Amino acid sequence: MMQVTTGMPQQPAPALDAPRPSTPARPRQRSLRARFRRDWRMLVMMVPGVAALLLFFYIPILGNVVAFQDYQPYLGIADSEWVGFGNFVDLYSNPDFWNALQNTLILALFQLVLFFPFPLALALLVDSLVSTNVRRTFQSIVYLPHFLSWVLVIALFQQALGANGLVNNGLRTMGMDPIGFMTDPSIFPLMATFQVIWKDAGWAMIIFLAALANVDVELYEAAAADGAGRWRRLWHITLPSIRAIVILLLILRIGDILSVGFEQFLLQRDSVGAGAAEVLDTFTYFSGVIGGNWSAGAAAGLAKGVVGLALIIGANKLAHRFGEPGIFQSRKES
Amino acid sequence: MARDVTPSTRPVWKEKPSAVLSSTKAVVVALTTAAILIPMLVVISTSLASEDQILESGGYVLFPTHPTLEAYRVLFRGPFMIQAIGVSAFVTAVGTALALFTTVTMAYALSRPVLFGRPVLFGVLFTLLFAPGLIPMFLMVRQLNLLDTVWSLILPGAISAFNFVVMRSFFMSIPRELLEAAQIDGASDFYVLWRIVLPLSKAVVAVVGLFYAVGFWNAFFNALLYIQRRTDLYPIQVILRSYVIRGDSLTADQLGVSQVPPPQSLQMAIVMVALVPILLVYPFLQRHFTKGVITGAVKG
Repeated sequence: MMQVTTGMPQQPAPALDAPRPSTPARPRQRSLRARFRRDWRMLVMMVPGVAALLLFFYIPILGNVVAFQDYQPYLGIADSEWVGFGNFVDLYSNPDFWNALQNTLILALFQLVLFFPFPLALALLVDSLVSTNVRRTFQSIVYLPHFLSWVLVIALFQQALGANGLVNNGLRTMGMDPIGFMTDPSIFPLMATFQVIWKDAGWAMIIFLAALANVDVELYEAAAADGAGRWRRLWHITLPSIRAIVILLLILRIGDILSVGFEQFLLQRDSVGAGAAEVLDTFTYFSGVIGGNWSAGAAAGLAKGVVGLALIIGANKLAHRFGEPGIFQSRKES
Repeated sequence: MARDVTPSTRPVWKEKPSAVLSSTKAVVVALTTAAILIPMLVVISTSLASEDQILESGGYVLFPTHPTLEAYRVLFRGPFMIQAIGVSAFVTAVGTALALFTTVTMAYALSRPVLFGRPVLFGVLFTLLFAPGLIPMFLMVRQLNLLDTVWSLILPGAISAFNFVVMRSFFMSIPRELLEAAQIDGASDFYVLWRIVLPLSKAVVAVVGLFYAVGFWNAFFNALLYIQRRTDLYPIQVILRSYVIRGDSLTADQLGVSQVPPPQSLQMAIVMVALVPILLVYPFLQRHFTKGVITGAVKG
């Protein structure tokens, strides 16, 4: 059984008293009936949520069988021809798929390496601001972009950095050539990462801030009394204290690595070109929904999902190996 | 010094920052603020700017010298903008109500030791780790005959595991004794949820509701995927993409006017329509999540 704890280790998991497997059959049945009588209202309350999950998560998961078919919409899943791993073999020899995979990995790597320091640095900055007013105002401002849609964010970026945007107009008036920030495929990974930083670095900071607020002040005090300066306190107290949460967030990002912002790339694929902005998700969309090659799209999507799941489990295992709690623990039923 | 009256005084053990360090901090704070706010300021200004000023500045303006509402007047004359706002508003209102209902009931049931609680909880949390994929989702929505209906924009978002986790961990922090006392007095689970748990959870319900609302308002891709022929069902984000990002031009015909205002002000007016609702709810949203609703949940 997996126990997902979205965060710090100190809180014990809720005690959900599942019936023990070793109990003899007869009394267990009776207790099941008794518990049903006691809990039926709660079960009724679960119905809407369970229905939503079944309809829009678990049954669609089964729909992934089309990845193993030559799916034809007019035949349906039941009558389409089974082709085994044929679609995956086709993907393997499809240069467009490799292009999408390569772009996904490049963009993910950029985001993993370049994005990560920003929320942490912002959190350290905010935490060090002494004036409450400045701190509050600054926080309100940096959280804001998280709540803007990707469409809006790209529109704002175009207006600032596009061909006729603020910056390029400024360059022109100064007699310089405009720069294709938003259209040049060679700088696209950097640009895309910058967009993610602009949108989400502030929001990602929240968790670090919470972790920083939990650091024992007495440790700082004692260290300061022993003569440790600001930077040594940062290195020897602050960073080790928030290590667990940093690792947790890294794992979550690794698990998400193949899902680099879908809408973000779809929106810019026209202007940057598929060569640089095609990722696995957009490949799935364009070959499946637009191109009508449903099975190829589903195969790419399924491959992505499975690899993503494997990555998150692997990263979690790795965290355990280093003695960190990670995001979930495998627990044996007692 | 002002610092003496604010509660935020420097602890005695902390040394005073050097001039270099504090001015660096000030510069970083100012630059970050500018990078976030200036693009929005330009949107507002350009949407209000006159044609002359836009021509003169070559595209976008920082401050409108002769503000005019012409762009908005033209935008709202034709039907397409009103329709898009209507669709987005409907999806946001109904979607948020539905998602809150689903999330509250599910989170409450799973916040207690309940029959089948463990597998169902696992079933919810697993959705955080894996996604069914775009094609199967599309096939499912088509199978349910939801394509080209407004429900395709609502039903698939009926529960989010993240919001569920936030809600459930808040419910679990409510003292057990309170609920047990009510149940000993003969209150049913429905009554306990409605009369005891929910009144105690107004803040978390508000913040989760706002999260859902922002999500529904911002949703873009599902409309692109599920709305194929009924262009009158396009929500505001799809309109924003067509006319601002892709730069499809709005014809005088579409707008129902003979003279079209400069495209920049029209585009920025569309951006404003998508942006303003977010800016309006943001203060409420922010007040609640800084109270620790989210951070508390993330830690628990």
